[in-house]
Amino acid sequence: MTDIIIPWDDIDYGTPKHDGTPVALTIDGIEIRVPTGTSVMRAAMEAGLKIPKLCATDSVEAFGSCRLCVVEIDGRRGTPASCTTPVAEGMIVRTQSAKVQKIRRGVMELYISDHPLDCLTCSANGDCELQDMAGMVGLRDVRYTAGENHFDEAADWRPVDESNPYFTYDPSKCIVCSRCVRACEEVQGTFALTIEGRGFDSRVSAGTSLDDFLSSDCVSCGACVAACPTATLQEKSVRDLGTPTRSVVTTCAYCGVGCSFKAELNGDQMVRMVPHKDGRANRGHSCVKGRFAYGYAEHSDRITRPMIRDAINDPWREVSWNEALGFAASRLMGLQATHGKNAIGVITSSRCTNEETYLVQKLTRAVFGNNNTDTCARVCHSPTGYGLGQAFGTSAGTQDFDSVEQTDVAIVIGANPTDGHPVFASRLRKRLRQGARLIVVDPRRIDLLQTPHMGEAHHLPLKPGTNVAVVTALAHVIVTEGLYDENFIRTRCDRDAFEAYRDFVSDPRHSPEATALLTCVHAGDLRAAARAFATGGNGAIYYGLGVTEHSQGSTTVMAIANLAMLTGNIGRSGVGVNPLRGQNNVQGACDMGSFPHELPGYRHVKNADVRAVFEAAWGVEIDPEPGLRIPNMLDAAVAGRFKGIYIQGEDILQSDPDTKHVAAGLAAMDCVIVHDLFLNETANYAHVFLPGSTFLEKDGTFTNAERRINRVRRVMAPKAGYADWEVTQLLANACGATWNYTHPSQIMDEIAATTPSFSGVTYALLDAKNSIQWPCNEDHREGTPIMHVDGFVRGKGRFIVTEYVPTDEKTGPRFPLLLTTGRILSQYNVGAQTRRTANTVWHNEDVLEIHPHDAETRGITEGDHVRLASRAGETTLRATLTERVSPGVVYTTFHHPDTQANVVTTDHSDWATNCPEYKVTAVQVALSNGPSTWQTDYRFQAAQSRRIHEAGE
Amino acid sequence: MRIYIPLDSAAVALGADEVASSIAAYANASGMDVDIVRNGSHGMVWLEPLVEIETDGVRRAFGPVTPAHVPALMAGKMECLGTVAELPFFARQTRLTFARCGVIDPLCLDDYVAHGGLSGLKSALAMTAAAMVETVMASGLRGRGGAGFPTGIKWETVRTAHAPRKYIVCNADEGDSGTFADRMLIEGDPFSLIEGMVIAGLAVGATRGYVYLRSEYPVAIRVLREAIETARTGGLLGDDILGSGHAFDIEVRVGAGAYVCGEETALLNSLEGKRGTVRAKPPLPALSGFMGQPTVVNNVISLATIPVIFEKGATHYAAFGIGRSTGTVTLQLAGNIRYGGLFEAGFGMTIDEAVNDIGGGTASGHPVKAVQVGGPLGAYLRPDQFDTKLGYEELDQAGGLIGHAGITVFDDRADMGALARFAMEFCAIESCGKCTPCRIGAVRGTETVDRILDGDAAAVGLLEDLCETMRDGSLCALGGFTPFPVLSALNGWPEDFGLPRREVAP
Repeated sequence: MTDIIIPWDDIDYGTPKHDGTPVALTIDGIEIRVPTGTSVMRAAMEAGLKIPKLCATDSVEAFGSCRLCVVEIDGRRGTPASCTTPVAEGMIVRTQSAKVQKIRRGVMELYISDHPLDCLTCSANGDCELQDMAGMVGLRDVRYTAGENHFDEAADWRPVDESNPYFTYDPSKCIVCSRCVRACEEVQGTFALTIEGRGFDSRVSAGTSLDDFLSSDCVSCGACVAACPTATLQEKSVRDLGTPTRSVVTTCAYCGVGCSFKAELNGDQMVRMVPHKDGRANRGHSCVKGRFAYGYAEHSDRITRPMIRDAINDPWREVSWNEALGFAASRLMGLQATHGKNAIGVITSSRCTNEETYLVQKLTRAVFGNNNTDTCARVCHSPTGYGLGQAFGTSAGTQDFDSVEQTDVAIVIGANPTDGHPVFASRLRKRLRQGARLIVVDPRRIDLLQTPHMGEAHHLPLKPGTNVAVVTALAHVIVTEGLYDENFIRTRCDRDAFEAYRDFVSDPRHSPEATALLTCVHAGDLRAAARAFATGGNGAIYYGLGVTEHSQGSTTVMAIANLAMLTGNIGRSGVGVNPLRGQNNVQGACDMGSFPHELPGYRHVKNADVRAVFEAAWGVEIDPEPGLRIPNMLDAAVAGRFKGIYIQGEDILQSDPDTKHVAAGLAAMDCVIVHDLFLNETANYAHVFLPGSTFLEKDGTFTNAERRINRVRRVMAPKAGYADWEVTQLLANACGATWNYTHPSQIMDEIAATTPSFSGVTYALLDAKNSIQWPCNEDHREGTPIMHVDGFVRGKGRFIVTEYVPTDEKTGPRFPLLLTTGRILSQYNVGAQTRRTANTVWHNEDVLEIHPHDAETRGITEGDHVRLASRAGETTLRATLTERVSPGVVYTTFHHPDTQANVVTTDHSDWATNCPEYKVTAVQVALSNGPSTWQTDYRFQAAQSRRIHEAGE
Repeated sequence: MRIYIPLDSAAVALGADEVASSIAAYANASGMDVDIVRNGSHGMVWLEPLVEIETDGVRRAFGPVTPAHVPALMAGKMECLGTVAELPFFARQTRLTFARCGVIDPLCLDDYVAHGGLSGLKSALAMTAAAMVETVMASGLRGRGGAGFPTGIKWETVRTAHAPRKYIVCNADEGDSGTFADRMLIEGDPFSLIEGMVIAGLAVGATRGYVYLRSEYPVAIRVLREAIETARTGGLLGDDILGSGHAFDIEVRVGAGAYVCGEETALLNSLEGKRGTVRAKPPLPALSGFMGQPTVVNNVISLATIPVIFEKGATHYAAFGIGRSTGTVTLQLAGNIRYGGLFEAGFGMTIDEAVNDIGGGTASGHPVKAVQVGGPLGAYLRPDQFDTKLGYEELDQAGGLIGHAGITVFDDRADMGALARFAMEFCAIESCGKCTPCRIGAVRGTETVDRILDGDAAAVGLLEDLCETMRDGSLCALGGFTPFPVLSALNGWPEDFGLPRREVAP
């Protein structure tokens, strides 16, 4: 297949779509029917008639400022703007009368009288709406003499603001259409931009007059840049590389929102990423990561040649693909011969495509003959899969992201969407501005609580580790106050299970008053939140890793499912249980059979009928015994029973908890194969390095948090010569397999043939429909936006008793504080990509958030180096004092390997799935002089380990 | 002895406060028992400070009074003007809206009631909301802020809108040069505005009102706030208006000096705490106004006229005026005029009567060259157009607008070229900056007038095209009406632009 330019709708209709009853009108003699509420401008555009416009764009509401879109309407006085005039039945509109043409030319003459006429050297040349409109209205002469203006350096001129690393703001080219300001408000919801001054002095301003874009509240989402019709807000890459000439629609490889982008290029040179309007998850919006932080793909740290070494303290040796694969295969096969077939395994990547993940688990099952496959979802959302599977019968969220537009009250628990899932956060904020209510259950005062123009919000700042107690207390209030949805429960849920659950939660020991001492949540606040959720209309629950990464992660997921069923909030738009997936393809990696006990489609490997399907397809016998989870692999390695591993696109040394234990496990293996873009931290312990390909370099699919299968399309050739799926195939074949896939679509065909929830999925369908939400099969040919509509997948919804069992990780005199960890907007996960972009301007080190009270008793001031120690280990980083965390709680991110926050986290994990307890670690914080011994030693060892033999050495 | 000394800003500017303290000091020193009442102005600014001394129930007027006059005044030796009602300027008026202004103590609710106050509200309380709106429609009252939109229709739109809340917003951002009726009314008879807003609230189902009052009117702000407090105490505002069970309350919000915030949608933005920029219509404020809720936005004079309509009946009110301009117009005579001030009479007198007859011609004694009716966006009218009658349609046909009914007079020394330039400059300074024709057009307009004044006659066509773009393309009346003074000056007095006289239609 070739790169394709998808002909989906890319027209700017000027004003947003409406859904009303149809209205018939006539525009320039053409009859058209459009929904009530539609603007005359949009109606004309839908009829194929273009009305000139500058201030209108369909991502924001009509504004009516440019006055280019004036029309004449029979029976109405004057020349109304078509963008702000709604259609009416029988309306007769003329868009091209002599009168409106003269007004348009007059307006355009004014625009051009205050615009630098440097079109030929302008960065927006050929991509400028002002230029287009000047042509469209037929302006042939500017009769004004040079007077007051914004482009002449001698006059009222201001320099270009270059402060943002990715785009420039050139006030001299601004036509004050306010599209940027409105996009910042309506689309992104940050309100960082405004117009300062008035009249001719009106200027776009980021923050206050003392700010530039970088120092303002701007989060660099790019919505303003996308909205700008001129070169005023312009990507620096376009300025430097020229206007892109071709584009490929693909899917962002950062978080689990799964935004669609147009990768715009010249040849195979990326010029920019532009959010795709037709992207169902993002609806034309983006965040700083997806929009701008793709520079890592070209970073000089990229390794593009395979490398091997005999021992991990040797320098690397660059070799041919054949040599590397032969070396790897012979080591792996040798280890199996010596230590048994279970001595090796794989880790699949939530960063790679479904097809690649499928092949990696197939490698261990069909070629290695065991089930030793696990994935990074183990350390993030494995409790989601387990908990929702138990309650509802499917291991996935119930909604699409569009659903939030119908939500009346949203619970956000253990998630920080503005940083972790920014595009979803913007969509939620839009709904909050429309009046939906918000309940945040989080130890920190997350930014969502500071949403401008939001109504009522509840914050339940619980003590880390007490999610179950809080969610159960919410249910207690709902049950004991009789606020539950009896009808829903009677018709949709298992009665016996409900009654047992009702008796359980009604127990006074689950009341908010009884649990307040434990959870630190004010009982009155909790009751108010419970009532708001139960009685506030459509209630949706969104949660993240703050729920799952606990020793009771699975219990909390089930408690959330209980809460949704209790209030009847399942099975329609606006409600549901919505896990916010961390990585781009966590959902897909889980779907594809990455776990050691499940074949693709969440079917247990012990079931002979399921094995038979794959045995027939693969022509091998499948081991009926589940394999090892990541922590078990590491334990077995330390014990000398597990010797070799193929890790695709994951950096377990940095991302998994208790770094020392991970390091010991890796060091004990004889063949560690790392398949990645960079020499990551794990690669310090590797014997074989196979260069990976970025999402720009391959075809495939990602499945986002809403079960949406999005196409990833190859934009450029793989820098190392092979896409990741090809490398896995080469390795499999080097190990004796005879795979011969020539395109990922063939892998998807195999997935569809073997996995019922994917049975209808084909690349042809994905290309035709843009994206598909699984299940996609004979019953749901175009996929399933909302699940459990007529009944739960498992039949009756199952209430599960959620007894709160506290973690063994307890504070005490030595470790009196609780550490919890998370993400920041500009960085992503272990930072392998974002640290290699200009995003470091916002966050170039991990810092420890500490409450001023806790800081004062320790003599810590802003910016001090502090030692952060737990029972597992210690590290140093700088402190920042903030009331965003409660006293007794400290917080940091884990984006930087120099910090190694996971040296501190412990090996406690979820009782059901082993998902590590990243979110609760008892720690002590004290002033420090510098890096810990571990950090110093680690830095030295990492540097040693990354040495590459120069040719001829 | 009761002595009335105006607190009105115009009187104060002419020394009323000093006169008041002189009188108080004089009385104190001479042991006289005087009761000083700070009343509103009777509207005859050339007589301010106009002091009235009430003895035996008769108020004898003196003015203008300076502190130097006080001993003579108090000794009964100053020449008396007679009673206010006998003064020719006053005797010719039909005072409906301003009936109590200058007469009563503006902050005394009893005085207000004693002069007919609250009888309108009482009769309104006996009606259904629909009947109240019907009364306003029958009166023919049109927006006195300038647009002349029928008040009853606006109220009916709000009344029939379904919404959780509705609002009454009073536009007291009286920014037009040469106008002062809103200020004079608020300073002289604030309860009539309050009563009018209460009736509006009852009629449309609103329980909350805001008065958007410009910061340049500190006296009006003080008086209105005190009056609102008194009205609350007196049961005119609050949860139970006059025992009716209906609720209504009013808050004063002070503007920040932007002319454009007198435009109703910019006013609403400013009231909401946003930048004072104009909103596109639709949606109409009557359906989506303050905080997105149905909102009546009425001028001070419109609202303050409501009580008298309910007191005396719609028919009584509608009997005044001409054509579709029913009732009274509250003319504000200003500029270079001999007898400047507020003159209330039925619509229909000619400009000539207003300027030469009532106003007595120019203050300078020079011939009148031009008048500008309706504030800075009104057309300049030539003396040969002075037979135009003061009415909405009549002025419109003459190429002007009645606006807020301010008339500014210029004598033969006025430079109409400079005034045309000023109109563009005013627009450039006051433009909110939202729409292009106004934001850039006003600046280019100023420059283009300069080109013409510098002798570039070829720029006339460009100016005319620009004016057309601004008139037809602007989002609100600021950009849309600026061409009126510019083109009327250009066409009426081409010689002031260094151009040959040409034949133009009025």
